[in-house]
Amino acid sequence: MTAQSQRLNVVSSNIANADSTTSATGQPYKAKQVVFSAQQMGSADANGVKVTQVVEDATPPRLVYDPKHPLADEKGYVAMPNVNVIEEMVNMMSASRSYQTNVDTMNAAKTLLLKTLTLGQ
Amino acid sequence: MSLYYSTYTNSLITGNINQKQGMMDVDTNRGNRMIGKLDQAMQFNEAALSLRGQRQQILSSNIANADTPNYKARDIDFTKALQGAMDRSNGTPTNASAANLATTSSSHLNGLGTSLGAALAPVQYRTPQQASIDGNTVEMDNERNQFADNAIRYEASLTFLSGQIKGLLAAIQG
Repeated sequence: MTAQSQRLNVVSSNIANADSTTSATGQPYKAKQVVFSAQQMGSADANGVKVTQVVEDATPPRLVYDPKHPLADEKGYVAMPNVNVIEEMVNMMSASRSYQTNVDTMNAAKTLLLKTLTLGQ
Repeated sequence: MSLYYSTYTNSLITGNINQKQGMMDVDTNRGNRMIGKLDQAMQFNEAALSLRGQRQQILSSNIANADTPNYKARDIDFTKALQGAMDRSNGTPTNASAANLATTSSSHLNGLGTSLGAALAPVQYRTPQQASIDGNTVEMDNERNQFADNAIRYEASLTFLSGQIKGLLAAIQG
């Protein structure tokens, strides 16, 4: 769940910066993606998820023709962030569904555990 | 728990009773044998319940890793695992109990662990119907289905065990 919520955070940061032509580095904002990996927790059977790294999307920035823009180059093109909003929306839906499934799993585990505690009563 | 009791009662049955200690010890021995019997009576349901618990854990791992690249979905063969656990606890090595180890010589290890066999259920990889391109073999619909199924069967096991305890209590208390 932590991993999925981190993914959601990254997606919302991407969407929020879909039009940020400058960032701290002076370059247009670059879309970020999380990398998941399975991580053993406790016993050998239990595998959790962990975000091992957050990578920057390597696709080149989107060039938009807008001569009035203060950051336009001599040909009149502005480098926009390489965020694909549709892709990010799909990513967000997938992340929130996965989050919900994990909440369901936890609820089921909790119910079973509580029932086990009342065993023999 | 069952390991402790079964080894304890075994040592009592095989003649570790110290004759010099008098009547009191004989009574406690009888008590221990009684607990061993109780343990034996509940062994099947206990093994079934802990296997269901293990399977639940594995299925939760699969669901949690539904988006992890190269993760392979895993599961246990419940029937075989329970059969193996029961064989192990009865001390009769069979093919099912040997954690799927093929032996070609009588001197090979048979894979029989301790008498608490439930924790040793061999974990297998699932064969995907439609594997995704990132090497992940978790199929969410299948996993959710199995998860719900296992949860209900866990509850059923719990109900059986609960009923058994109630029956034993009724027999003890009269």
